[in-house]
Amino acid sequence: MDQLILISLVALGLPLLSFVLVILNQKQLGEHSYLIATPAIAFSATLAGYIAWERLHIPSAPAIQWGFDWLHFGTVPGVGQLIIRQNVFLDNMTAILMVVVTGISLLVHIFSIAYMKRDPRFARYFAFLGLFTFAMLGIVLAGNFLQLYIFWELVGFSSYVLIAHYYEKPAPQNASRKAFIVNRIGDVLLWIGILLLFSEFHTFDFREIFAFINQGLPITFSLLGLSPETTLTIAGLLIFGGAVAKSAQFPLHVWLPDAMEGPTPVSALIHAATMVAAGVYLMARVFPLLTSNAMLIIACTGAFTSFMAATIAITQRDIKKILAYSTISQLGLMMMSIGSGAVAAGVFHLVTHAAFKGLLFLGAGSVIFAMHHAKDAIHDHETNDHDIFNMGGLRHRMPLTAWTYLIATLAITGLPLTAGFMSKDEILSGVMAYGNLQLGIAQAIPWIGFGVTMLTAIYMWRQVFLVFFGKPAIPALHEKIKESPKVMTIPLLVLAALTLWFWYGGNPVNPDDGWFLKKWIATPTQIIPPQTAPRFLPHNYMPVSENATSASMPHQIALEENRTANSSFVELAALVSAVFGFIVGWYFFLFRGRSRDGAQKPSTSLFPLSSFLQKGWYIDPIYNYAVVDTVTFTARMLAWFDRRVLDGAVNLAGRTTVVTARFAGAFDKYVIDGLVTLVGATVQFFGLMARSVQTGRIQTYLTWVVAAVVVILVILRFTMFHS
Amino acid sequence: MNISPVGLPHFLVLSAILLVLGIFTMLTRRNAIAVLMGIELILNAANINFVAFTRYGAINLGGQVIAIFVIVMAASEAAVALAIVLNLYKRQGSVNVREANKLRD
Repeated sequence: MDQLILISLVALGLPLLSFVLVILNQKQLGEHSYLIATPAIAFSATLAGYIAWERLHIPSAPAIQWGFDWLHFGTVPGVGQLIIRQNVFLDNMTAILMVVVTGISLLVHIFSIAYMKRDPRFARYFAFLGLFTFAMLGIVLAGNFLQLYIFWELVGFSSYVLIAHYYEKPAPQNASRKAFIVNRIGDVLLWIGILLLFSEFHTFDFREIFAFINQGLPITFSLLGLSPETTLTIAGLLIFGGAVAKSAQFPLHVWLPDAMEGPTPVSALIHAATMVAAGVYLMARVFPLLTSNAMLIIACTGAFTSFMAATIAITQRDIKKILAYSTISQLGLMMMSIGSGAVAAGVFHLVTHAAFKGLLFLGAGSVIFAMHHAKDAIHDHETNDHDIFNMGGLRHRMPLTAWTYLIATLAITGLPLTAGFMSKDEILSGVMAYGNLQLGIAQAIPWIGFGVTMLTAIYMWRQVFLVFFGKPAIPALHEKIKESPKVMTIPLLVLAALTLWFWYGGNPVNPDDGWFLKKWIATPTQIIPPQTAPRFLPHNYMPVSENATSASMPHQIALEENRTANSSFVELAALVSAVFGFIVGWYFFLFRGRSRDGAQKPSTSLFPLSSFLQKGWYIDPIYNYAVVDTVTFTARMLAWFDRRVLDGAVNLAGRTTVVTARFAGAFDKYVIDGLVTLVGATVQFFGLMARSVQTGRIQTYLTWVVAAVVVILVILRFTMFHS
Repeated sequence: MNISPVGLPHFLVLSAILLVLGIFTMLTRRNAIAVLMGIELILNAANINFVAFTRYGAINLGGQVIAIFVIVMAASEAAVALAIVLNLYKRQGSVNVREANKLRD
């Protein structure tokens, strides 16, 4: 066993250990539980950092795998020897994501020490943070689909528990249930996809499945009589179904905005930085088997989700809801990028997004924390401390939060010198190349990407200007706002540092030269059969580029070449979109807001579409109407059927039984019992008769004896002697 | 008056009279001892028959032997019966057979 594998197992086990220790000693530990949880995560993060260091400073370190036989099924008919293994799989993507997961988790642990203070379920909260970290590490370390699926469910469960942290209130209850149910839909699709692959290849292992597909699809790989190529597309899309739910893509994105009912640090860790990125990670992992059609559908889904969520984010008033829709939008960008074949760019954005979105959420947590305490100080229980129209001018009161928030905003809107600029630029150039080559509907995708960049800038600057700039909306409240304690601001500073460009590459405007893309993460080679690959090449196309590795499939090389050719145009266009968005945001929410008295006026005047957008494109009401009401109606119908028909039948059967029983009872009572009584009475009658002879008077008996003798003599006289 | 010599019919008539007297005594007297007497009369009526048939009949000495057996048996019967009567007296304070009906129930 490789030493790194052992270290990664320790890093995986520590959060689980913390979970077990804390959950079993909740009462005793109470508010001291962070003394166990935080060092465990810190140690785990250190180990993850060591693994990443060991791997990443070696150019193109090969992936390592270690596993053991987990389940022996013996000889299974039609399969042969069936053994299911547990694998630990460690490549560069795993190493980087381990650092991201444990790093953000550590910062959230630290931040929560202050944020969750005096919470009655402090220990439970820290316990489940540990469980979540364990499960998330399990996902990124999984070497096969089964293991991934197990941890996939486990992150869903810990997310469910943490959304419902304030379970006394109805909203978190509903939100957690909604998250769980919506995620189940995706989980079922994912599981079907996994089983579809397993049914043919009899293994869950990623690399074995890829190797089998690479040898050519067997004709038996067929679902409902479809061709093997179509079946492969379906398998890819089913797996994508799991990612759609977990990464909140349209149409299963509805749970994520509601999940904001959980504590804000949880939103930062689970619902922004790591868990929701699990879907993106999954798609990057299975990218080699995605066919052309699957890629197109994934790219379109991502693009649509991204655009839709960005438009909704513009109209939201809740500081966390804005960030939630922003997360959906950014995840859409990542999906779009993976669907377009720019997997490295998608993963890059995943990592940078984890940093700046984690920072935004923790910053929002800091603001909410300050608002909440200020409200308590002036005994105000009415004001909504999440509403950005109740804030304003906070930068004077909480400068650290404000400036780190500003840095994160620069990153998410994609302005230079930030990591967000680099990753977003990569995505946009990737989808541009895909649009240029794939043609058809795919041509719209890059333009949607630029549109989303602009919308992102608008909603983020709107938020920043309304929260931190301008005039205080409620002056009395503003007086009492205080900067959050150091234990909360230090994670903000760390994340702000991670949002800058120099961690990912030397040149802030040329990400392609940065070490992240050049040395650490590469787009994996696809192994799909050539006839299912995207057909945007002339027949006798020969790659000429030096950049692309010769191992990649031809269409991947063509994409890479087209991308390089367009990259400076894309960079400029992205920058123009971002700056335009900034200007729009500045004009409407700072410049004009200044002339307004306060900023109390909601944004309804801005767009006629506003209420449509504010209600999230009415997707929730549509689901309520189409799904929830249908299910409820069906349930009512079934209940009616149950009550009237089934219960009626049961009652009828019951009544019939009762009547029959009455008859049987009467028969018993009068006929059978009568017979028995009759026998008894007869016996009694004869008994009485016989008894009357038994007088007990010896002389009576003697009289009978004498009489009998006389009778016998008379009989004898007339029978024997007479003859 | 023509008196015929004593023959078998005389004995049989006597025996019959004794039997009837014995039966009557046995069935009508309330005193247990009197009942016993009645039984003795019956037995002796039978004895007379046996002896008479030995004298006039064709059964040789068998009748007399049986008569002796009967006398022995009657003696032992009287002993047993008197013991019973004594116990009866101890139990109910009288020897009235009408009262001795406890076995009825």
